[in-house]
Amino acid sequence: MSAQFFLQQCLIGLTNGALVALVALGYTMVYGIIGLINFAHGDLIMLGACLALSLVTTFGLATAGPTATWLGIVVLIVACGLFCGTLNVCVDRIVYKPLRNAPKLAPLVSAIGVSFIFMNIGLFWLGPSDRSFPELLPSANLLPGEGLQFTWKDLLVLVVVVPLMLALSLLVQTTRLGRAMRAVSQDPTAAALVGVDVDRVIAATFFIGGALGGAASVIYGLYINTIGFQMGFQNGLYAFTAAVLGGIGSIPGAVVGGLVIGLVRSLSSAYVGERWTGAIVFAILIVILVFRPEGLLGRRTKEKV
Amino acid sequence: MTPAPSNVQPQNAVAPGWTGLRDFVRERWDLVALAVLAVAPLVVPALGGALGGQVTTLFIYCILALGLNVMVGYTGLVHLGIAAFFGIGAYLMAILTVPMYPFQIGFLAATIVSVLATAGIGLALGAPTLRLRGDYLAIVTLGFGEVVKVTLRNLEQITGGMKGLNPVPPPGAGVKIAGLDLGLAFAIDPRWFYYLALLALAGVVVAMRRLEQSRLGRAWVAVREDELAASAMGISATRVKLSAFAMSSAVAGLAGCLYAASLSTTADPNAYDFNRSIMVLCAVILGGLGSIPGTILGVAILVGFDTVLAPWADSWIQQMNINPTGSSLLSFSGWRLAIFGLALVLVMRYRPEGLVPSRRLAAELHEDNA
Repeated sequence: MSAQFFLQQCLIGLTNGALVALVALGYTMVYGIIGLINFAHGDLIMLGACLALSLVTTFGLATAGPTATWLGIVVLIVACGLFCGTLNVCVDRIVYKPLRNAPKLAPLVSAIGVSFIFMNIGLFWLGPSDRSFPELLPSANLLPGEGLQFTWKDLLVLVVVVPLMLALSLLVQTTRLGRAMRAVSQDPTAAALVGVDVDRVIAATFFIGGALGGAASVIYGLYINTIGFQMGFQNGLYAFTAAVLGGIGSIPGAVVGGLVIGLVRSLSSAYVGERWTGAIVFAILIVILVFRPEGLLGRRTKEKV
Repeated sequence: MTPAPSNVQPQNAVAPGWTGLRDFVRERWDLVALAVLAVAPLVVPALGGALGGQVTTLFIYCILALGLNVMVGYTGLVHLGIAAFFGIGAYLMAILTVPMYPFQIGFLAATIVSVLATAGIGLALGAPTLRLRGDYLAIVTLGFGEVVKVTLRNLEQITGGMKGLNPVPPPGAGVKIAGLDLGLAFAIDPRWFYYLALLALAGVVVAMRRLEQSRLGRAWVAVREDELAASAMGISATRVKLSAFAMSSAVAGLAGCLYAASLSTTADPNAYDFNRSIMVLCAVILGGLGSIPGTILGVAILVGFDTVLAPWADSWIQQMNINPTGSSLLSFSGWRLAIFGLALVLVMRYRPEGLVPSRRLAAELHEDNA
């Protein structure tokens, strides 16, 4: 029983962690390329969830047959991905781009400002109280026997998140755009000198990070089933923590960090009590950073004169 | 960077006539403001009521922001958890004075103990983490803020949970001066707290000015400008950053003490959460990093927006009968977050040095037209 309980919690943690990791990727990619902590990312995902809920209600997906439901989920993910990606690029163009050479705090504060604006939009969209997101998936257990629970919802998370992450790492490691992204993140000036269109690469990064967030927002709605205009803050905080934990700027780091955060959250909720979860997550973060200041998988950067 | 002349005192500062007065106000804005604020409660009767309490809170946030300014403005370290130290100060004040605990050592002693203790906690957090690079340090302070908030909320036996600790007795409870019970006076008339907070704010402003010009203050700025160069000049960057961290924490703790005493409760732990930290940080940046008048102006704008302008605009909209259906789209407070966010974005776009920039920073950012 006890071992089984532990395994169950690990399973929940890993599924949750996969979702956290998907959001963390958006933070880490933007940070890696322009060194900005994108405070608005969590709220961008909140807006994605708003769109997802509106689409589900408009097209009556909650009462559709199984084939239509699965097809609908794919359409939702694509639509919200495009929406969040495009919105992220627009914000970058309008707000962050004029600040590329400004003091370091300026884009950070602007991002906080954008986050407030998004929250206000979400407030008008959803209303002040939390809204429930319809259960679209059957809750049957997929594993044999009475013990471990692994439902369609859990499967959905993994089926969406794992391929997206693989696709992202392929993109960054093998394509021309990926090489350009790595070059810009190392040195934008040098990248520009060898013919990389830095602005386009940055826009692409914002788009991909936002699109991943859009996908995450749909899965969040289907998996957690409650959305509200303030959800962006708490989720963004955990995802950002995951990105830092793994080593901000590092894509595999964000995945590892997300999984660790997911595990810590579910285990501490199960064994210590849910209300302490926030404190435990951040205490572990502080301890890890004290001993590994560059994060779990981050590179140690030499301070330049 | 060209060294900007600081403390330029024109020789004809007290020339006769209006120009003289204008120059005087410009040079000694602090004295003018202090005089106006000191006389205000005697002239404006509203300050004896709820408004007095609001202005007192405003002064306390100014103190908090000036504390944060040491770290973010002077030393250039991003701090996302200042509210935690604000909260620790408030709770220490409460623990040392409420009847529920055996200490009850009185306001002054409790303030001294809490300020020293918050400085110590700042040192304890800073010592292992200050070698982290900028953004990692920011997330550590953010994480510490969350840990403190969760702890305050959950350790119900010690902190009273969501109810907070109360009643925090007013300063001077039981002390009688010439037949006047000082504690009773504080409890009845908000103007006593008004003056106490104003006095504390003035004290902090004076202390900050002295610090700015001191060896330590210049070392803070040197570390902000270039840590490596500062180290090469023989400044111990770690020690300098640590002292900034301790000073920020101590001043935030002082603000917390005043906050708990003026409300006579610690309020619930949500008063010390991340949102509060962000608000104060935005105030400092909006007003001008490293600038004392800027910081005060930033707080005044942000707090004034929430407590004065928003309710006023809402009641105006109601009176004008523009919004008969009560839709949040047509109420001012419905747009509060967006207006606030837009203001942050616009200020950063067009005035990244803040509304009242420190002379040094302004000179640096506009090198081309200097």
